[in-house]
Amino acid sequence: MPVIHYTDHDGKTVDINAKTGDSVMETAVRNGVDGIVAECGGSLSCATCHVFVREDQLGELPEMEEMEDEMLYGTSVDREENSRLSCQIKVTEDMDLYVTTPETQT
Amino acid sequence: MSTPRTRSETGLLIIGASQAGVQLAISLRGTGFGEHITLLGEENHRPYQRPALSKEFLQDKVDKENLIFRSQEYWDEHNIELVKGARIQEVRKGTDGENRQDGSGVAVASDGTEYPFRRVALAVGARARKIEIPGADLDGVVYLRSADDALALKARLGDFQDAVVIGGGFIGLEAACSLHGLGKNVTVLEYGPRLVGRAVGEETSEYFLQSHRKRGIDIQLDSRMTGFVDNGNGKVAGVQLEDGSVVKAQLVLIGIGVVPNTELAEQMGLEIDNGVVVDKHALASDGTTIVVGDVANMPNPLPGAPEGERIRLESVNNAIEHAKIAAYSLTGRQEEYAGIPWFWSNQADLKLQIAGLTLGYDSTVVRHDTEKGKFSVLYYRGEQIIAADCVNTPLDFMAVRTALGKNQNIPADLAADVSVSLKSITVDLEVTA
Repeated sequence: MPVIHYTDHDGKTVDINAKTGDSVMETAVRNGVDGIVAECGGSLSCATCHVFVREDQLGELPEMEEMEDEMLYGTSVDREENSRLSCQIKVTEDMDLYVTTPETQT
Repeated sequence: MSTPRTRSETGLLIIGASQAGVQLAISLRGTGFGEHITLLGEENHRPYQRPALSKEFLQDKVDKENLIFRSQEYWDEHNIELVKGARIQEVRKGTDGENRQDGSGVAVASDGTEYPFRRVALAVGARARKIEIPGADLDGVVYLRSADDALALKARLGDFQDAVVIGGGFIGLEAACSLHGLGKNVTVLEYGPRLVGRAVGEETSEYFLQSHRKRGIDIQLDSRMTGFVDNGNGKVAGVQLEDGSVVKAQLVLIGIGVVPNTELAEQMGLEIDNGVVVDKHALASDGTTIVVGDVANMPNPLPGAPEGERIRLESVNNAIEHAKIAAYSLTGRQEEYAGIPWFWSNQADLKLQIAGLTLGYDSTVVRHDTEKGKFSVLYYRGEQIIAADCVNTPLDFMAVRTALGKNQNIPADLAADVSVSLKSITVDLEVTA
C-alpha cells in the first residue's frame, strides 16, 4: 500500500496509508493532515496545497505543467526548487513519498 | 414512522453540513473548542464539496468519493457527530418560557427528533432559484445545486442530444461547457445583456461570449423565454421564446442564481436583508446565533471598504474564511476576516480566477495577450486596485491577490503592458502621516 509521509513546519511527521489514484492533497485533507488547505478541492486554482518534496524523490514524480508552475509563484510561503502543488501529484502503486508542508498556506 | 425523540444536548449544533458548516466544525477543533459538536446535513450524503458537480464530476473526471470532505475516522476522532438526512423545521431558543440569553435552545427536525443545543450555528446556504414560466415542472427541466441533482443529470446523459442552459452565469456556463465537451448541442439562453453580469465586468463577459461561441456553444443574450414545450408525454421538447420560436431541447438546465435559505432565521426572529444580517464576527441580530457562508449578509470585509457597506458572498473561499471568523467568535476571540476574497470558475479551456471584490469600481485596465491566450481585467476604485478577473493567467491572479493582501497597489498606467509582470510593478501604499 502506498504511504505518504507529511512533515509539518515544526518537524512533526504523520504517515498516511494512501489510495492509488488519489492525489497527495486529497490523501492529506481527507485524513485531516494540518498544513494543507486546498480551498479549490484540487482544480489547480488556489495554490493552498503547497508542499516541499524530499529532494531525492523529485525525479520520481511526473514533471509539472505550466499552470502548476505559474501557480507556485503565488504560494504563501515562497517556492523552492522542490516545491509542488500536492493536488497535482497522483499517488502511484508503490509510492513512499516524503513531503514537508510550509508554515502557512494562506 | 419513527418515534420522535430527544438527543442529548450538544455544545454546538451546526445546521448545514456543506462548505461553511464543515469548516466551522473543523476550525473549532483547531481553536480549542472542546465541547461536543453536532453537524446536521439535510442531504443523504456524507458532507461533500459542491464546486466539481458542474465540472469534473459531470465530466466523469472524478467520482463521488473524491468529493468527500473528510473520512469518518476524522469526524470520530474529533468528537464531531455527523447526522445525515436531517431537515430542521424549527429552532426555538430560550426554551420552556425561560428567558435565556445564553444562546441555548432546541432544534426540531421534520421527523420530530429534537436536538437541544447550548449554541447554534446556521450554515444553511442557498438553494437554486426556480424558474417560473409555464412547463417548468416538465420532465427534463433540471437544476444543478446538489449531488443528487448532479447524479440525476449524469443518469440522463444518454437520453438527450440537444440541451438548453437557461442562465449565463457561472453554473450555467460551466455546465454548458461540460455538456458541450460531452458532445451535446448546447444553447445558452441569458436574460440579461451579457454573460455573468452579476460577477464580472463587461470586458470579461465579452471575452467569455466570444470564446464560448467560437467553441460551438450557441449563446443568446437578452433572451425572453415564455415557456417550455411538452413533447406530448410530459417531457420537455424545447424552450419557447417571446417571438414564438422554439429552441429544441430534450434537457433544459436552469442556472439562474440562488436564493438564500433564510426561513429558519426568519422564524427565529433574526434580522433579514438579502440573507441573514450578521456583524463582523458572524453573529446574527440576537447576539448569539452564528450564521456563516452563502446565507449570511455581512459587512464588506475588504480593507478600506466604506463603512456600512454590506455584502453576501457565494463562494467556497468565503465559506471557509467566514467560518473561521465564527470559530473565533465562539471561542471568545474577536478576529478580523482574513485574506482577500477570491473565486474560480473553470469552463472548458478557460480557467478564470477572480481576486478581490469589484464592488464600487470606477475604471478598468485590460491585459490581453492574444498569442498566449491570456486575458485579465484589473478593477480600480480611484487609483487603487481592488480586484482582477484573470483568465489562464495565474501569475496575474497571484500578483493581485498578494498586492491586495499586503495593502499594496498596482498602478493602472503601468499595468496595461502585458510584457510587464504585475508583481514587478507592485508598490507599497504611501502611509499618510
